[in-house]
Amino acid sequence: MAAINRDDVAHLAQLAHIEMSAEELDRMAGELAVIVESVKSVSEAAGDDVPATSHPIPLTNVFREDVVGHTFTAEQSLNGAPDAYEGRFKVPAILDED
Amino acid sequence: MTDATLSFEEAMEKYDPVLGFEVHVELNTKTKMFSSAPNVFGDEPNTNVNEVDLGMPGVLPVVNKTAIESSIKIGLALNCKIAERCRFARKNYFYPDTPKNFQTSQYDEPIAYDGYLDVELSDGTVFRVEIERAHMEEDAGKLTHMGGATGRIQGADYSLVDYNRSGVPLVEIVTKPIEGAGSRAPELAKAYVAAVREIVKNLGVSDAKMERGNVRCDANVSLRPHGRERFGIRSETKNVNSLRAVEHAVRYEIQRHAAVLDSGEPVTQETRHWHEDTRTTTSGRAKSDADDYRYFPEPDLVPITASREWVEELRATLPEPPAARRKRLQADWGYSDLEFRDVVNAGVMDEIEETIAAGATATVARKWWMGEIVGRAKTADVDPGQLGVAPATIVELNQMVEDGKINNKMASEVLDGVLAGEGTPAEIVEKRGLAVVSDDAPLLEAIDAALAAQPDVADKIRAGKLQAIGAIVGGVMKATRGQADAGRVKELILQRLGVEG
Amino acid sequence: MTENNELIRLTAAALAEKLAAREITAVEVTQAYLDRIAAVDGKVHAFLHVNADEALAVAAEVDAIRAAGGAAAEELHVLAGVPIAVKDLIVTIGQPTTAGSKILEGWHSPYDATVVERLRAAKMPILGKTNLDEFAMGSSTEHSAFGPTHNPWDLDRIPGGSGGGSAAAVAAFEAPLALGTDTGGSIRQPGAVTGTVGVKPTYGGVSRYGAIAMASSLDQIGPVSRTVLDSALLHQVIGGHDPRDSTSLPDPMEDLVAAARTGNVEGMKIGIIKELHGEGYQAGVENRFNESLELLKGAGAEIVEVSCPNFKYALGAYYLIMPSEASSNLAKFDGVRYGLRVLPEQGPMTIERVMGATRAAGFGDEVKRRIILGTYALSAGYYDAYYGSAQKVRTLIQRDFDAAFAKADVLISPTAPTTAFKLGEKLNDPLAMYLNDVATIPANMAGVPGLSLPGGLADEDGLPVGIQLLAPARQDARLYRVGAVLESLLEAQWGGPLLDRAPSLTAPSLTDSAPAVAGAPASHGGSH
Repeated sequence: MAAINRDDVAHLAQLAHIEMSAEELDRMAGELAVIVESVKSVSEAAGDDVPATSHPIPLTNVFREDVVGHTFTAEQSLNGAPDAYEGRFKVPAILDED
Repeated sequence: MTDATLSFEEAMEKYDPVLGFEVHVELNTKTKMFSSAPNVFGDEPNTNVNEVDLGMPGVLPVVNKTAIESSIKIGLALNCKIAERCRFARKNYFYPDTPKNFQTSQYDEPIAYDGYLDVELSDGTVFRVEIERAHMEEDAGKLTHMGGATGRIQGADYSLVDYNRSGVPLVEIVTKPIEGAGSRAPELAKAYVAAVREIVKNLGVSDAKMERGNVRCDANVSLRPHGRERFGIRSETKNVNSLRAVEHAVRYEIQRHAAVLDSGEPVTQETRHWHEDTRTTTSGRAKSDADDYRYFPEPDLVPITASREWVEELRATLPEPPAARRKRLQADWGYSDLEFRDVVNAGVMDEIEETIAAGATATVARKWWMGEIVGRAKTADVDPGQLGVAPATIVELNQMVEDGKINNKMASEVLDGVLAGEGTPAEIVEKRGLAVVSDDAPLLEAIDAALAAQPDVADKIRAGKLQAIGAIVGGVMKATRGQADAGRVKELILQRLGVEG
Repeated sequence: MTENNELIRLTAAALAEKLAAREITAVEVTQAYLDRIAAVDGKVHAFLHVNADEALAVAAEVDAIRAAGGAAAEELHVLAGVPIAVKDLIVTIGQPTTAGSKILEGWHSPYDATVVERLRAAKMPILGKTNLDEFAMGSSTEHSAFGPTHNPWDLDRIPGGSGGGSAAAVAAFEAPLALGTDTGGSIRQPGAVTGTVGVKPTYGGVSRYGAIAMASSLDQIGPVSRTVLDSALLHQVIGGHDPRDSTSLPDPMEDLVAAARTGNVEGMKIGIIKELHGEGYQAGVENRFNESLELLKGAGAEIVEVSCPNFKYALGAYYLIMPSEASSNLAKFDGVRYGLRVLPEQGPMTIERVMGATRAAGFGDEVKRRIILGTYALSAGYYDAYYGSAQKVRTLIQRDFDAAFAKADVLISPTAPTTAFKLGEKLNDPLAMYLNDVATIPANMAGVPGLSLPGGLADEDGLPVGIQLLAPARQDARLYRVGAVLESLLEAQWGGPLLDRAPSLTAPSLTDSAPAVAGAPASHGGSH
């Protein structure tokens, strides 16, 4: 496994939508390198024959009946909104398409 | 900037198209995929939501059982295998219409996989499209771009978000690469999407209205030189949302790819956006390695196991498949093969069925849809079903004709009035003063005048040459400015001349 | 004042009895706690929000129902009128919920968490919201955006984390009960370092609906209290199936209160986990741990040793799974729908940049570290090596537990390797901070329940030591059965609850720190 470097952190920060200053990237790269190094052994712990566990207590088929429940008014929905206009959440322009 | 294109014929001479489709079907469950908020179209913004749909802190999803059953039914109708065990995963990306900034979807474990759909082309050729998978996911909210010149995303000053659609259950149906369609690729594209739409509508699991986005199509197109096995680089045209657009978009992309390849450049792997107004596509975001969705199993949901008993139980509830239904309808309606194919190709089979259900005979329904409405739809450049003719209108118009209140020519005029929003057929007849002259006296007067004006024709009719009657009828109609019932005029002429009809 | 002091020192069970007998009123009790908060929280900083009006109104309602008598009074929940504090990771209507983060400062939830609904149904006055490490990420409460909580035993020391506020509130007699959340030890480790009781139920035993998620497959809400019985009482209020949480267990709840009341270890096999004591554990912690073992043996338990060889991977696997899930769970905080929005200072004003600026300003360093680490662990090309491998380690840890529970009815270990360290001591060494959870993390990885109870004070610093009990999944009752026995044996030895020895916090400062236990004064404890 490759060590984590500053460029990796910059890319990850972009994926995670967290702006970071140059100093922050440097510091974070240093800290994460130590942490990643310390968790490395995990990848060698289990062989291919060991199944993954994603839920500690296995359950299956937990469903909800298709019955309408409560809803919010537009006012309730927008109550905590940083910005709103005509019953909708308002956001600055979107850069990329899709 | 417009892209260069080759003519379709030239493109076909040089290249072999390979298609692929991702069709998103919105399910018509009462509630959303993971929340109990209502799945309703077009209400006041941000009112068909609760804390789950808004991605509030602390919320958790719970799967809608009906959505699972609908998905399994779709899988079965597409001849898929149903996974004995499958899971949801999180697809992580930031976008303001996605309230959690991840979409709960299925990734490596779709609920249905390995199926096929036999698609019938307009000449009756059956083409098998292989289905890779059908998986469940949730819809996003709706963004409206404000300011700027175009109302499009480019140049917008800000955007508004309505999360009513957020969490609406979707089934995404993904085909395997479709090879061998050749020059029929655009037609196949339309027929495939129409077939999927027909299936989900027939299953009753979706409202299947493309104009409302209930069925949305992303079309992948690539070209390769004839004889080469390796696929070319594909483009993905997003949100092609009518059957006609699917056909046009595939045709356009084939022509555009061909021009790019001809210029010696490689095709860019990218998302394209379809523009109905210009019938062209434009480049969207380039697909690059930067797309890293960091899929992982959704830890807030547990796996779904579909026991064989459950699947068989659902299979037993499936309605008649569309192909079988077509066969049955044709027999019920007594249409010839040609007549029926025309009806199917014109896309009015469902409409005719509804019209018959509303009280019309099969012949009358076909006469109206094929004779009157399809042509008007073509002129208006919409699908016939979207023109706005209710089956009840046809029944009412037809009844007026049969009652002799109006004739066919007038009925056609009344239909125009209905489409112009002037009111019900009865109101329009009243308003426009359209009424067949039903009192025989003025008719007889006109008939006598016509017979007197053309005595030779009158003699021919008396001699049994009944086809000559047209000239007299014509004269009468002219004299009554078309307001006479031609059938009645004929009867009266024969009566007058003492000839058995 | 004396009378109030007596009220606040009563256990929740005792309060419940006196309320039912109408010896005291819920308003008196609630007011006594509000007074205590006013008196000491300036020093402790356990609360981020105090909910006085609503708490008193609920108390008054309970009193009115009791006074009117009849069926309504009969139907009151046993804890009706007993106040409680709620960790500020759990959403509440009518009070702000911050998760200890600037990004949610001032946000009011439009809905109640399921556990809060259940507190309201039981008519328990909610005193307020307690401090925590931001988004529950930390082991010291120093990562709160609103300043650290101080350990009532020594205000210069950490109260543990992430639920330091809840533990400190209970330890400082600012609340008889509190709710916590435990992802890797955030209920048990603060319990250990504050001399209180904390329980992480079996995963799925208590609904997570309304607990702001850090790591969905590890998070559990649980009780914080001063006695084992009190935790059982609270556990019974909040536990049980919730259809809004797909991971909620459908099983009917056991009678945990009965288990706590009829504690018995006779003939029980109690397993010492070889890997969770000894090297790396403070001497005073080891001593108190060994003492507890002797007491249990004396009460008729058989002490056996078990080995869980894969526990050595637990911390590493935890620091892959937890940040991975957290990176996704915290993506929703983007300045679009609620909470903070920060505009970029320069450059184009696009929503992408607003999200980036908002998250940069709204999240603290530890949160950012974990988000970046989780983004890394999930990213293309690394998933199998990191997240995938960590999920396999979970299987290995579960197998270790299965093997251990084949030999023992419950397992026992120190809750944390050390007593409370000084504020600031490990703040700049994330890895050292993470090591505090080495003994508590395996339970979260496997979903099994764990309880921490006070085991005495460490000889070298006079600070509380926690003893952790672990039981198989769905066997939470065993924790209460054994915990109640150990608690009573220890209290008999001490001559009363351990918290009797904690500084009063209100007395004049010089007489305040007189220790009631052999060893150094609590506030001048030796380092470890």
